[in-house]
Amino acid sequence: MKNVISVSGITKTYNPKTIPVHALQGVDLEIEQGEFTALVGPSGSGKTTLLNIIGGLDEATEGTVIINDQDITKLSDGQLIQFRKEHIGFVFQAYNLIPVLTAKENVEFVMLLQGRSQAERNKRVNELMAAVGLSDKMNNRPSQLSGGQQQRVAVARALAPKPTFILADEPTANLDSKSTANLLDMMAELNKQENITFVFSTHDQRVIDRARRVVTLEDGKIVSDDHRDV
Amino acid sequence: MLLKIAWRNIWRNRRRTLITATSIFFAVFFAIFMNSFQRGVWDNVINNVIRFYFGFVQVHQKGYWEEQSLDKTFVLTDELVNSMGSPKQVQLVVPRLESFALASHGTLTRGTLVVGIDPEKEDKLTTLASRVSQGEYLQAEDKAVLVGEGLAERLKIGLGDTLVLISQGYHGINAAGKYHIKGLLNFGSPELSNQMVYLPLKECQWFFGAENMATSLVAHVDDKFAAAKAIRQLNTELDTAAYEIIAWQQMIPEILEMKEMKDSSSKIMLWVLYLIVTFGIFGTVLMMTKERQYEFGILTSIGMNRSKLAFSVWIETVFLGLLGVLLGLLVSVPLTMYFYYNPIIVTGELAEIYEKFGIEPSLSTSIDPDLYYTQAIVVFVITSVLAIYPALKILRLKPVDAMRS
Repeated sequence: MKNVISVSGITKTYNPKTIPVHALQGVDLEIEQGEFTALVGPSGSGKTTLLNIIGGLDEATEGTVIINDQDITKLSDGQLIQFRKEHIGFVFQAYNLIPVLTAKENVEFVMLLQGRSQAERNKRVNELMAAVGLSDKMNNRPSQLSGGQQQRVAVARALAPKPTFILADEPTANLDSKSTANLLDMMAELNKQENITFVFSTHDQRVIDRARRVVTLEDGKIVSDDHRDV
Repeated sequence: MLLKIAWRNIWRNRRRTLITATSIFFAVFFAIFMNSFQRGVWDNVINNVIRFYFGFVQVHQKGYWEEQSLDKTFVLTDELVNSMGSPKQVQLVVPRLESFALASHGTLTRGTLVVGIDPEKEDKLTTLASRVSQGEYLQAEDKAVLVGEGLAERLKIGLGDTLVLISQGYHGINAAGKYHIKGLLNFGSPELSNQMVYLPLKECQWFFGAENMATSLVAHVDDKFAAAKAIRQLNTELDTAAYEIIAWQQMIPEILEMKEMKDSSSKIMLWVLYLIVTFGIFGTVLMMTKERQYEFGILTSIGMNRSKLAFSVWIETVFLGLLGVLLGLLVSVPLTMYFYYNPIIVTGELAEIYEKFGIEPSLSTSIDPDLYYTQAIVVFVITSVLAIYPALKILRLKPVDAMRS
């Protein structure tokens, strides 16, 4: 299988000139197309930092991040924004939908930024809203949706631009058990059927139980990397 | 979509938007209403001064306005009068022959301004007949004069007395004549009352030895807007190498200077008003930027270009400003229109003062379009400048830091 993400020698040090905090210390990680990976570890272990660096949201102090054969650590800020728009889908802990847009418009928004045609956008929105089971909530604003429904819209939004992979930072942290189960079912289904790569950072055992690969971080280092059949 | 987001965003905090828009509304409303009244009052003064004597447009021989001498008269031809009357805005062309003379009665002598007029046309332009306080108005063939009350008092003459006029006529000839006083004129302004003498044009031409000549032609037009249009056409109709076209602004520079001074002081008040509003809007922009730091982080994370995001926030801020402007216009336009068509009539002592100076005793507004669009432009500029703050924040924003905030 082809690697979609290759991280090598990544270090991240906060406050290097005052009181240095080493969030990541020489992390190497390769993730192949279609993987369903969970980054786990205690608070402060560097999960979110690693996820942010993979997503081009944060800069590594050292090391390289290659995504689809492109070293994103060498991209300018503008190029990174463009790169994220084309290749990476994000799902955040707090859903982070645009509150003034409806569910449909939220999903459509990134495609609009990509300059896709109205017809193409409509088709994709309909497909995705059906896939996340919210066809009947298209015109609801985020405030009119439950937490679980909002997170499903966030997944649909992340999938809309047809990204290479999805990065999800604690996606179930604010969800109840039923919503978590629904969301995980949905993501697992998308992973299996459309071969979409998912990388989660999580504390949630329910997510960890569904992951086919579990990478454990402690003090900014990978301490274990387990592949398993689920 | 950006417009949609911007519009919906300003309603996210409805109460704050309404408070901000209301503050802009009051600023715009007061700015328009205050300016409109002030300009309306000045327009009234200027209109009265213009209609009272000068008219909105005058034509002379070139150089006359700089050096007002009888030697700079021109021949009054039908062709010239017709050319001057050709713009559709010109309702009437009124000829005048003006010069200075000494007026005597008995042992008393005073300097006067002698004006030769076509009585009928002059009355249509300046309603001179209505100022006759004693006696009768002139007829074209009369060999008589109308005299200001102040001058009559100084020379101790009255109706039916004879006034002797002595002057230097056209090209230096001696000018002398005796005229009986047909009427006295009541001018509010003492300056006019003490020096004006009116003669029928033909008699005046004879007196000054300037047969069939005039010093000025006055165009009777409705208002300053019509005057501007008429002047544009007259510039092509008349031989501007031989004649000068003088607009009303050049005839009353002192009044316009006084108006400018008053305008400057009211502008300072307006700037203070807008400064207060600017801080109000800035408060809103500051809060909005702080509150949405996180959201800006998300939007850049999912691939929204920073400049596009900054533009969206700029639109939002401008929308907020324009909302206030729109409300301000919705109230102030009909109100200023109402007072323009239904002026407040001044009564009592104030009315007497107005009338004394020949000014209509009314307070009306102005409805010049620039009164309205200037406010929109000012608010647009203020909001555009204020929107630079969130734009700069967005341009410097680091998504991770923003999402951590």
